[in-house]
Amino acid sequence: MTAIYTEGLRKVYPLAAPKRGGRPAGTPFGPPGAAAPPVAVPGGVRELVALEGLDLHIQAGEFFGLLGPNGAGKTTTIGILTTRVLASAGRATVAGADVINDPVAVRRRIGVVPQRANPDRGLNVIENLIFHSAYFGIGRAEATTRATALLEQFGMGEKAAEKVDALSGGQQQRLMIARALIHQPDVLFLDEPTVGLDPAARLALWDVLRALHRQGRTIVMTTHYMEEADQLCDRLAIIDRGKLLALDTTTALKAKAPGGTLIDLDLDGPAAAAATAVAALPNVSKAEGIGATLRIQSSAGGRIISAAIEAVEGAGRHVKNITLKEPSLETLFIELTGRKLG
Amino acid sequence: MSEIPSVRVTTVFVALLRRDIRVAMKELPFFLLRTVMQPVLFLIVFGFLMPKMGMMRGGYQTTLLPGILAVSLALSAIQSVALPMVQDFGWTKEIEDRLLAPVPTWIIAAEKIVSGVIQGVIAALFVLPLARLIMGPIPNLTFGHLGDILVITLLGATTFSALGMWLGTGIAPQQIGLMFSAIIAPMMFFGCAYYPWRGLDAVPVLKYIVLVNPLVYVAEGMRGALTPEVPHMPLPASIGALLAISALFWAAGLRSFRKRAVG
Repeated sequence: MTAIYTEGLRKVYPLAAPKRGGRPAGTPFGPPGAAAPPVAVPGGVRELVALEGLDLHIQAGEFFGLLGPNGAGKTTTIGILTTRVLASAGRATVAGADVINDPVAVRRRIGVVPQRANPDRGLNVIENLIFHSAYFGIGRAEATTRATALLEQFGMGEKAAEKVDALSGGQQQRLMIARALIHQPDVLFLDEPTVGLDPAARLALWDVLRALHRQGRTIVMTTHYMEEADQLCDRLAIIDRGKLLALDTTTALKAKAPGGTLIDLDLDGPAAAAATAVAALPNVSKAEGIGATLRIQSSAGGRIISAAIEAVEGAGRHVKNITLKEPSLETLFIELTGRKLG
Repeated sequence: MSEIPSVRVTTVFVALLRRDIRVAMKELPFFLLRTVMQPVLFLIVFGFLMPKMGMMRGGYQTTLLPGILAVSLALSAIQSVALPMVQDFGWTKEIEDRLLAPVPTWIIAAEKIVSGVIQGVIAALFVLPLARLIMGPIPNLTFGHLGDILVITLLGATTFSALGMWLGTGIAPQQIGLMFSAIIAPMMFFGCAYYPWRGLDAVPVLKYIVLVNPLVYVAEGMRGALTPEVPHMPLPASIGALLAISALFWAAGLRSFRKRAVG
């Protein structure tokens, strides 16, 4: 069964002419700060294309990942699917309801965990859950039972009456997940849920998410952590600059990763000439200069490095730094986008 | 996919209202301090000290009381909506969980305005006995026209609460100080709260300029309802003007809220 369907989803933010001392008023799911550079269109109106025709088809029960660097369009996608951002074009349905024509029906069926925890600070921990339930028509007694159970499950049973400010970052994030779950949504959206968490809190959150997935819930998560996507997701969409670059299971995507080891040599100047020299070496399947970086795909691991350095010096450059990456989602990502994540 | 029953809009509305009342109750002392401090200080100086010094003509209390009630109502209704809006849409984004409630977005804004109306009325009810206490017996004061009092109070509160929605969603957080000095302060001083509109016969230009100020109609309307013996703007004029201005502020407030809520 289809949980989420999008077709030609597009979002363009008009950019107002720069105001004196002002900045564009953002919305909670508004244009990301470090997004793609604004595009000047005829007539002098500047606009920012956050999403450029996205087609997705997510099955019920799937753990789906949206992977991409900051400004790729992940948050905008989540924003549209959670009815908080109006698409400029295209259509999308979530749990059978149209996000544009019937946002209320969508809201009834989704739970959302935001990028930055935003509990209601006027309320204490358990009140956050009880009032959120009330917004979904759940009576106080039932809400209290559910809230208590969720807090216990997330190891915060004794924090029920605390102010939310007394919670750690990880606890606040778990409170956000509890809040997103308390009305038992069909689809759970998580926007970069582990950003800013320490490693232990991140692992704890992964366990929570795995358990939810096992219960058969549809989960859509954005992340710019490769490892997180690899560990948790059934399928992944790699997006960058508002475009879908690859979409497959994590295993299949890893199989598509460019063969061999990726070696980046940082040089002391433009790498183009050195790239030509290195490309001629044995066991080098590809060498290209990206600014001062020489990117080499080696079928013999790091053993080509000394020969490559010699070739670089022969081209009149010096190597300042060396990075090696084994074939992985990350090398695939770099191959697809030409840039690193995060 | 499970069949999820739809939730009645009124159920969600009441839940949102309960949330606002719960939060308001928690900070009631701060709320009162924030909203009634200024009117009470004004009462002490102009309703008690200066008459005591013989610097005010007799009967000034009768002019001042309805005005002070109008100011308390307006200040608290504006602030009860504008301040949380600035905060919720600004850094904390706390309003997100309410924006995800399964109701049309404008319902969430309308609920906030209604909660501002309630808080405005509470502030006015709190100031009324204090005013009596500070100024002593007030000539010509009557509670006989309860219907008029109710209409003016509710209309005044809804006008300023909707204005608070408009300002709170339209102003950048760093400009909140400006809202007080550039909008609220002139409105208070040119709102015929501390002097009757008739008094502006002395400065005819001002008499007509101040008519853009909704506080004029609340203050004059309060005079018409609480001290009908004293000359005041005709009550139907005040009510008509407030209806029109309030409709304008509601439309602007809901529109501005929607712009902030949905990107």
